[in-house]
Amino acid sequence: MGKDTHAITYPRFLLRVIGQSFEGSWRFYLWMTVLTAIALVGANAWAHQLVEGMRVTGMSDHVSWGLYIANFTFGVGLAAGAVMMVIPAYLYDDHEMHDVVILGELLAIAAIVMCLLFIVADMGRPDRFWHILPGLGRFNWPISMLTWDVIVLNGYLFINLHISGYLIYTRYLGRKPDRKWYLPFVFLSIGWAVSIHTVTAFLYSGLGGRPFWNSALLAPRFIASAFITGPAFVILLLQLVARLTRLRVGDGPIRTLTSVLRVTVLLNLFMLGSELFTSLYTGGTHSTAVTYLFFGLHGKSALVPWIWSAVALNVASAALLHLPASRGSRAFLNAACVAAFAGVWIEKGMGLIIPGFVPSTLHELVEYVPSMAEWKITAGIWAVGFMVLTIAIKVALTVLTGEMAVEPRSGDTRTGEHAPPLMH
Amino acid sequence: MTQTTRRVALKVLGATLGASAFAHAMEPLRAWSKDLSLDQFLQRHYKELTSEELAEGIRRLERETREEYGREVTIRDIRPQEGVQFGYALSLSVCIGCRKCAEACHVENNHDRRTNNSYIRVLEMDQGSFDMEKGDATYEHAVPAKGKYYMPVQCQQCDNAPCVKVCPVQATWKEPDGIVAVDYNWCIGCRYCEAACPYHARRFNWTKPEVPAGEINPDQGYLSNRIRPQGVVEKCTFCLHRTREGRMPACLEACPTGARVFGNLLDPKSEIRWVLENKRIFVLKEELGTRPRFFYFFDV
Ligand code: SF4
Ligand code: SF4
Repeated sequence: MGKDTHAITYPRFLLRVIGQSFEGSWRFYLWMTVLTAIALVGANAWAHQLVEGMRVTGMSDHVSWGLYIANFTFGVGLAAGAVMMVIPAYLYDDHEMHDVVILGELLAIAAIVMCLLFIVADMGRPDRFWHILPGLGRFNWPISMLTWDVIVLNGYLFINLHISGYLIYTRYLGRKPDRKWYLPFVFLSIGWAVSIHTVTAFLYSGLGGRPFWNSALLAPRFIASAFITGPAFVILLLQLVARLTRLRVGDGPIRTLTSVLRVTVLLNLFMLGSELFTSLYTGGTHSTAVTYLFFGLHGKSALVPWIWSAVALNVASAALLHLPASRGSRAFLNAACVAAFAGVWIEKGMGLIIPGFVPSTLHELVEYVPSMAEWKITAGIWAVGFMVLTIAIKVALTVLTGEMAVEPRSGDTRTGEHAPPLMH
Repeated sequence: MTQTTRRVALKVLGATLGASAFAHAMEPLRAWSKDLSLDQFLQRHYKELTSEELAEGIRRLERETREEYGREVTIRDIRPQEGVQFGYALSLSVCIGCRKCAEACHVENNHDRRTNNSYIRVLEMDQGSFDMEKGDATYEHAVPAKGKYYMPVQCQQCDNAPCVKVCPVQATWKEPDGIVAVDYNWCIGCRYCEAACPYHARRFNWTKPEVPAGEINPDQGYLSNRIRPQGVVEKCTFCLHRTREGRMPACLEACPTGARVFGNLLDPKSEIRWVLENKRIFVLKEELGTRPRFFYFFDV
């Protein structure tokens, strides 16, 4: 097939992809309808926020970032963690993992879309978004860490779109993917995954006036927690995919991911402990934010329930993962994944962003509680993220299992069980 | 066949419902876009505007203030003078914590009345201690209180300003005379600068400022006290619309005790130079390397 035919097959492929996105069982329709409803509630709340201003949020000049940036930070970790599954697949040549790598890439795409939406939700003037585009606006590169973040996040989005798009398209054509068109990008994406979360950590740790964030351990902690949320989510996702579709994934990937998790949950707890020790044993200004976070200060304690539930969830997941019973029982494993995911969500969100601002730089204790509007917009963005993920996986799987192909393979009655692997 | 047509019909119905629900959800945006003109949307950075474009923008802003706030105002773009480097000093021995400076700032800079905003926060501190953690910015008793001293904090116009460093779009920068300015028409409202400032000097417009027409200060600077749009960040500019013309900042004029000293650091005969040469001076959070232009001193 020459180049010119791609001009025909590719748009046709895209059309079929769009068609696929509206095709499905009643469960699919129900799920998408619920998500759409939540997304609409969020969109409406956002429209109100634009008109009335950000006063509809719980933020203030003292706590100038809140739930949106907290979720943004978490989302970057999720995106980074999702792709790091490429490491066992390629660096250690674990062939069983190859099948799930694509799921990780799709998850990364959905997570980055969410991150970008959270940034937009947090902007006071989203109508001026073009000011931040390199070339069009006035881009404060390389000085501002935020411009680095814009570059790495968008770059990451494109890398992952390219890899998954390329693999799905070649499979659709019934051809073997050419390694030189995706393998370099796969390796690039590993490095890039580390960079997105490192740059995001530098956003905070580069601020000398905020002792709570001004720690060299912040970036490593971010990476460790990315290695928790990514695998935890994919373990759950793999089981759902196995239950709801015809794609069969062996136990191998789940076993590999569980062993990754066993290490990272402990690593994360260890680093949390180290930070606590430095802050609390030394005392002084550096410890006030930590004291406020964990124990409350001068009668103010809005974050205390958050952080202790995060610690409880993290410890619970670590315990569950190390109990011998978890080896045999999926229920144990799933509970551990849910706990780990939720624990990191709180810890990297409310437990990391807000205490950076409380006490403020003049040591005032102004508390922050997210408003209803913020919760609605946040839920809406998560719903959009799930919609993107659902459609992406659905399209990928119909191609992967051979249900959707440029020409029905002659006499092809194979289901996903025997489908050849997507990557080589 | 009927099966498929019904499916298609249902999908079309679903899509229509979805689209109209979306339009409905976004309905409030209509009111928002009314306030947003294309010129405003396309306006370039302050430093990239030609003098005609700037004059045009100023006329537009004056018209908007008239329409939205019901007050005739004059907005001027006053440029820094050659050979002037501004500095500010404050005597902690003299300040009594009356907060007249903060009040004057509020009025001079057309701050939102509802939030009673001001660029200045006055900390009440225990005598014999320099622990800001024990300071209190929300005291409500007669001043000066026994055993206390007072430390007003406002933008320190840092020479190595973290706020300027972090801004992703260069909406905030250091002017040649040392004042850190914000282009209210370029700021995207990310509030990164607010997170970066170690002195709590930046304010965000969480909503459109409310100022009754009669209380608006009509003497306005493009980069200083003109009424700010919703969703952008602002800060103390050493009242550049006054000081660049040789007048004193509003906070200094309002101070009943003469605790405040302002002037040109390059002028050897200025009062600020005398203070810097004869008093024991210190700056806040020196260890952060921000190199403030705001100095504190004790009279002894
Ligand atoms: S005090 Fe804050 S706002 Fe003022 S120049 Fe320094 S960092 Fe910027
Ligand atoms: S809020 Fe405005 S001035 Fe501050 S960093 Fe963001 S764009 Fe720059």
